[in-house]
Amino acid sequence: MKVRIKFRKYGAMIFIGHLDTMRFFQKLIRRADIDVSYTQGFSPHQIMSFAAPLGVGLCSNGEYLDLGCEHVTSTKDMIERLNQASVEGYEITNVVLLPEDAGNAMASVAAATYTVHMRYEQPEIDFASQISAFLKQETISVVKQTKKSEKVLDIKPLIFDLDVSYEEVDGKRRPVFSMMVDASSAGNIKPALVLDTLYTFASLPAPKEFDYIITREDTYTNIGTSEEPKLVPLDAVGNTI
Amino acid sequence: MILCSKSLIIWDMRKLALNDEILLSIENPARYIGGEVNAVMKDKNDVSVRFAMCFPDVYEIGMSHLGIQILYHMFNSFEDTWCERVYSPWPDLDKILREKQIPLFALESQDPIRQFDFLGITIQYEMCYTNILQVLDLSKIPLIHNERTWDDPIVIGGGPCTYNPEPIADFFDLFYIGEGETIYRRLLDLYKEAKASGMSRADFLYEAGKLPGMYCPMYYEATYHEDGTIASFFPTREGLPDKIVKEIEMNVSDTYYPDKPVVPFVKVTQDRVVLEIQRGCIRGCRFCQAGQLYRPVRERDVEMLKKYAVEMLHNTGHEEISLSSLSSSDYQKLPELIDFLIEECNRRRINISLPSLRIDAFSLDVMSKVQDVRKSSLTFAPEAGSQRMRDVINKGLTEEVILKGAEEAFKGGWTKVKLYFMLGLPTETDEDRRGIAELSNLVAKTFYDTVPKPERKGKVSVTASTSFFIPKPFTPFQWARMGTSEEFISYAKTVKEAVMAQLNQKVIKYNWHEADVSVLEGVFARGDRKVSKVILQAYKKGCIFDAWSEYYHHDVWLSCFEECGVPIDFYTTRERAIDEVFPWDFIDCGVSRAFLEREWLRATKEQVVTPNCRQACSGCGAARFGGGVCFEEREDGASEGTN
Repeated sequence: MKVRIKFRKYGAMIFIGHLDTMRFFQKLIRRADIDVSYTQGFSPHQIMSFAAPLGVGLCSNGEYLDLGCEHVTSTKDMIERLNQASVEGYEITNVVLLPEDAGNAMASVAAATYTVHMRYEQPEIDFASQISAFLKQETISVVKQTKKSEKVLDIKPLIFDLDVSYEEVDGKRRPVFSMMVDASSAGNIKPALVLDTLYTFASLPAPKEFDYIITREDTYTNIGTSEEPKLVPLDAVGNTI
Repeated sequence: MILCSKSLIIWDMRKLALNDEILLSIENPARYIGGEVNAVMKDKNDVSVRFAMCFPDVYEIGMSHLGIQILYHMFNSFEDTWCERVYSPWPDLDKILREKQIPLFALESQDPIRQFDFLGITIQYEMCYTNILQVLDLSKIPLIHNERTWDDPIVIGGGPCTYNPEPIADFFDLFYIGEGETIYRRLLDLYKEAKASGMSRADFLYEAGKLPGMYCPMYYEATYHEDGTIASFFPTREGLPDKIVKEIEMNVSDTYYPDKPVVPFVKVTQDRVVLEIQRGCIRGCRFCQAGQLYRPVRERDVEMLKKYAVEMLHNTGHEEISLSSLSSSDYQKLPELIDFLIEECNRRRINISLPSLRIDAFSLDVMSKVQDVRKSSLTFAPEAGSQRMRDVINKGLTEEVILKGAEEAFKGGWTKVKLYFMLGLPTETDEDRRGIAELSNLVAKTFYDTVPKPERKGKVSVTASTSFFIPKPFTPFQWARMGTSEEFISYAKTVKEAVMAQLNQKVIKYNWHEADVSVLEGVFARGDRKVSKVILQAYKKGCIFDAWSEYYHHDVWLSCFEECGVPIDFYTTRERAIDEVFPWDFIDCGVSRAFLEREWLRATKEQVVTPNCRQACSGCGAARFGGGVCFEEREDGASEGTN
């Protein structure tokens, strides 16, 4: 049987890369005495797969991994045991049992939501009207640099939602962007690319390096069809134990 | 600190010393953030002693060191003490810390090192000496001991290199000679009293220098003969000992051991549970410093080891466990321990790694159970190519035993063999050097003789590696002349040519170690106080991470020796008289100078081997510690420390 584990990654742990996060979980599973399934062969390893790798420097409130288990207890017990064996910065928020026919975590990913705070002072413009004009374009073309060539990509169909609110920092208004974008293996785009393109559209200088403080809020799967998508968080397809 | 969204709560978290921009612009930021599993957090207001424990190399190396884990555990088990870790920042961060004037910090609290009461530096190899200066400098602690005040931590060194602390004596307030488990508690108590009574720093160091195993270099002085050798070495304040006797933990089965080692996020060199099964070695190889320093052999109780293995695996989640000792095959309850581990580890899907095992039927059987024979290689350390040479270095291993081991290994399915040798040993000739190639050839031949053609799975491969012999203090070879860089290269060439001339040369690969850096290591190993100014000069010219070939600048070092008027050959190629006073003679490691002298003559004149400690007692002097192998029933029937 398979469980899906939802976790948060924050604080100093945003500097831990994806491979080291995988290693962290392999050891965490052992410390928490989870009855995990192993592959066959001379060097057996845990049956574990992560949904969507998170870049170094990003926080997340909605990371997922699937884990093969020989035996499970209850959602509450497993969350408690995992958190007791974890460290500040990795917090397990849900464990659900997946139905037999559930697709693997990575292939299931359709979209992700992000919140983006700005580290430095921003120009005081009306971002809301800029965004609505930005999204009204026929196409939103970006030039994607690949190893060999440049490719023009239309990111409009990959942006499912983009919005702005404001926060007060040092007595000044600063935009806080939120968005839902494609995170599937075919169409994954980064929130920084969306905002860079928005700033260019609004004739603003591109934000400085390290300006974006990005939090992935959740990761979604499509339980509808490709014509009529219905996006739900990855743990919505499993059942509380 | 990164704020994550979600109603803009800034969690009550540790504040990092480095901001996000810096952490995102350097290699491997995880080296600097702390917060690992089992890292110990305390409230600094609840403790009276803050101890920063440093391994002066990069995090991945330092975190792999068992000694620090043991001491970290010990210090943090003291309620009044908080021990934290610090490592050498990699050159990318080093540059940023200097540019931005950010003081070096400890991983746990992220507080500047200079705020600590102690900075303890473990010194495991000579090539980290400039990194010691890097750590002091980045912490804004004066590099030379007499420029420090109570505003600076007490800088204390420990580890194998401190058995000749003289080349780095200027940089330390104290050295702890010996094993850390015994005296630190008394040192911390003395420190608390000193602080409470308003004692001066100089007086505290003086009082500390009276504790067993403590060496306070500022209160010792050397005078020299005209030829540069030492005339006398003595304490300058009354009440300090002439001789510093090493500290040793005789009760190794009931002492501090880390049941919850820190688990790094990044993959470090030693990414596994390490079980130290014994201290010391019965063998007495004449080039080996560790084999003399850690005498007598003390085995840990097998039940203790079983208990710790289970706890440590559970508390870390590591997927591998390794046994640690100088010669694991000599641990008497090894079969019992390994049977236990195999059963326990199979159940938990844990790998077992078994370094430093003698290759014989028992170890091959064990290894075939715990590793993939096709993928792993077998390691032999004959250390020298000819039997005569192996007798000189007291490596009892014979050609017959090596080939027998190889034969059994090939029958068991192994095809990769590694052979380790040294070049430039005392009395060595070209014949001995060519012996390295010949022995390698015989190992390859054994494969073809043992495994019939249809049963050969893949090609046999023999890798012979040579390092250059560096005479070390407290070994019978401490009197030996060390080769020059040019000599070393020519020796390697002799081996290379001999390998090419072998029948099976196609399957033999020959590697040799860097010669220049070996010479420098040779200077530091047997150096005196005069060498310290060269180290300081090289550091000021930008030398750090000398153990890393990409950062080692031999030309800079050569110019520093010249500018300081310190001749390299005084420390390396010079022939030493049998009665010369050595810089390290004021330290007593248990093994007597008379024993080492006897061994030196047995090696070079008589060219005979000396029996190991279980065969017969050779009266090295370590029996005075009152335990260990010296008091076991021996093969010769004698026991109870008959030396």
